[in-house]
Amino acid sequence: MSAAPEITRREFLEAAGVASLVIGFHLPAAGRRAGGAAAAAPFAPNAWLRIGADESVLVVVDRSEMGQGVTTSLPMLLAEELEADWSRVRIESAPADKSYVNPMLFGMQGTGGSTSVRAAYTPLRKAGATAREMLLTAAAETWAVDKAACRAEKGAVIHTPSNRRLTYGQLVAKAATVPLPGDVPLKDPKDWKILGTRVKRLDSPPKVDGSAQFGIDAKAPGLLVAVVARSPVFGGTVKSFDAAQAKTVPGVKHVVQISTGIAVVADGYWSAKKGRDALTVTWDEGPTGSVSSTTITQLFGKNADQAGAVARHDGDAQGAMPGSAAKLDATYELPFLAHATMEPMNCTAHVRPDGVDIWAPTQFQSGAQGLGAGIGGVPPERVKVRTTYLGGGFGRRFELDFIKEALETSKATGAPVKVIWSREDDIRNAQYRPACYHRFQAGLDGTGQPVAWTHRIVAPSIMARVFPNFVKNGLDTEAVEGGVGMPYAVPNVHVDYVLTDTGIPVGFWRSVNNSFNAFVVESFIDELAHAAKKDPYEYRRDLLGKAPRHLGVLNLAASKSGWGTPLPAGRARGIAVYKSFESFVAEVAEVSVGSDGAPRVHRVVCAVDCGPVVNPDIVEAQMQSAIVYGLTAALWGEISIDKGRVQQSNFHDYRMLRLAEMPVVEVHIVPSTDAQGGVGEPGTPPIAPAVCNALFALTGKRIRKLPIGKLA
Amino acid sequence: MAAITFTVNGKRETVNVTPDTPLLWVLRDTLGLTGTKFGCGIAQCGACTVHLDGVATRTCVLPVSAVAGKRVTTIEGLSKNRSHAVQRAWIEEDVPQCGYCQSGQIMAAAALLAKNPHPTDADIDTAMTNICRCGTYQRIRAAIHRAAQGA
Repeated sequence: MSAAPEITRREFLEAAGVASLVIGFHLPAAGRRAGGAAAAAPFAPNAWLRIGADESVLVVVDRSEMGQGVTTSLPMLLAEELEADWSRVRIESAPADKSYVNPMLFGMQGTGGSTSVRAAYTPLRKAGATAREMLLTAAAETWAVDKAACRAEKGAVIHTPSNRRLTYGQLVAKAATVPLPGDVPLKDPKDWKILGTRVKRLDSPPKVDGSAQFGIDAKAPGLLVAVVARSPVFGGTVKSFDAAQAKTVPGVKHVVQISTGIAVVADGYWSAKKGRDALTVTWDEGPTGSVSSTTITQLFGKNADQAGAVARHDGDAQGAMPGSAAKLDATYELPFLAHATMEPMNCTAHVRPDGVDIWAPTQFQSGAQGLGAGIGGVPPERVKVRTTYLGGGFGRRFELDFIKEALETSKATGAPVKVIWSREDDIRNAQYRPACYHRFQAGLDGTGQPVAWTHRIVAPSIMARVFPNFVKNGLDTEAVEGGVGMPYAVPNVHVDYVLTDTGIPVGFWRSVNNSFNAFVVESFIDELAHAAKKDPYEYRRDLLGKAPRHLGVLNLAASKSGWGTPLPAGRARGIAVYKSFESFVAEVAEVSVGSDGAPRVHRVVCAVDCGPVVNPDIVEAQMQSAIVYGLTAALWGEISIDKGRVQQSNFHDYRMLRLAEMPVVEVHIVPSTDAQGGVGEPGTPPIAPAVCNALFALTGKRIRKLPIGKLA
Repeated sequence: MAAITFTVNGKRETVNVTPDTPLLWVLRDTLGLTGTKFGCGIAQCGACTVHLDGVATRTCVLPVSAVAGKRVTTIEGLSKNRSHAVQRAWIEEDVPQCGYCQSGQIMAAAALLAKNPHPTDADIDTAMTNICRCGTYQRIRAAIHRAAQGA
């Protein structure tokens, strides 16, 4: 999701069902008190930083760590300007608090849309610079010297003429009495010591010895574990249930009805699961019981015959089409996809009369707090949200369903409760990447240049579910992202959108709607190149004259991949370029097809321009990760529906890429001072078209329906 | 319920649980050793990998009754202070992203190296079948090679 200025935070929260979140509670006590602190108290000039007399530099990380590296990249921003000794930097996860809202996510505290570094880039550097200036002032006053003669360096202030030195730890008490300065200068990037370097991740050590605490690891005295029986059909409700057998399972303590089904609460996961197995529930399946993948495809096809809400209209595509020398038509179809985070959904909650505790692997702290207040019947400031490490997020943990279940079950039983989803629960009760259908038409002139391009997007709308007011006159501007942003120079373009609800819930899935629009646009432009009898790289290049950052990554990926140079027999390359989350990524995939028809991706060359880079090692890791995520989906990813039920259930039928199938991924970062983009998601969209374009180059078979599966 | 005795990280433990309880849940819920993770419950993903008498074993489908008298090593017991060559290599290569699968990956890699101190890429392909949804495979491979050289 991207920031949408016309939506207020309150509107979004109301739509998300968390209207009870009161805006305007307080900074943590330490965060406000720049002056007057006791001698032993840490120096805490803002909500993100606490410097201790013991030289510790604690950075409060207000974004969720789900692998994308925020527990390293965000402290780097602050530490650079602070002139901190990096080896002293420690991290703590931020509580839910107004001071930690994400200015790029509707002013809510949450992590998504590849916004974390972009949104923090200036505020966190300023936070560090402010603290540095206060420490400099404190030292200068202590020595009674001119502040301009002092410098900050690796956790200390040095008086340059006399070489006297005071560490930050020695200065905390004095610094706490210095008035907060106004606007402070930021360092020139050429003087950076930490930013732009390959700083080691701060979260690696606890992740190699089992000590990192994920949501599923939450512990509390008297904690019970719940497993929930949910409707097998989306939107179904409990008609009746019989808990007698479940209650005979050793360890089962309670069986309670909650909004999503029946929660079996026990002394541990295994007892709870066995209790659920023993439960008898009769469901009212509701209207979605008649929906299947076949009926969805039919619905898409039918809706594609009607004009949609206009998303882009340049020139007169319809008028230009008949006069063109060659005409191309193509339809594409993509399936629903589940996130399948490695850590299944879970949440721990304790609803008490005087307050609520939540331990959650969540991307959405504001939502969790609002929900806790609503269900607990307490003011939001009485809802303590502790964000654990997230065992993967990918957008799934922006949802609140698993948090709601824990809150409701705790409230019903009076006990602290951890709700744990099985993998089957996770695959079958998600908010899926929308399945969708695309109809294209293009007209080429006598030289093969495109003169007209039409693109109809038929898809469910995520925003229609989470924020219906966002959809205006039938248009969800997020759903058409990338279709509208098609960067190639074509004089006549028409893009429209037919919002098509299928009854299957849709949600944010790494790179969101870009995941399908990149595939179809970058496949269809490849079709045009082929029709024009041009090299697909050169054809794109010649149409990107007015898109310099697209062109930059396209050229870099082509050159680093050895585009145009011979490959061993049975291999071919394909290329794609795409902008998402304000970053530009081109990928070249090198493929073969096995004797059994299974495609194999050997090598991916990725070029990325994300503007100023905080940590190149993390950017590379995110590109590798995003490529695997998109490649897994392209090769095998499909959630299919029968009688309103998801047919897949676990990793045996919802296949994941494994180590032996991993291509060599080479990442090349464009040095850039252009506007900064995100890095968590933009690597995902180009991989599916790059692979399918390579398979076309190899086999002549154009793949217009995902997943690829086996080639005949 | 039955009393079952086995060794975990060098310590003898006796647990009183229903004998069909998978070792994974005994480790996590009964013994509080939460470094071993639940990922799929059908031995597909390997997040729950421990060493059972030195052999990498998926514990989400392994009834605790089957480990009576045996020696279990979990990620918590692999080394003191993350000093195992595999752990050091994992930090050097900054392998983990979300980190959830990494206990299992590390236990699988440690078992591989114990048996085969200098694995080839093909050996790694065969032995390392655990799922990582963050796609850290390239770094896992590099870290195993690094660990083979003594990290």
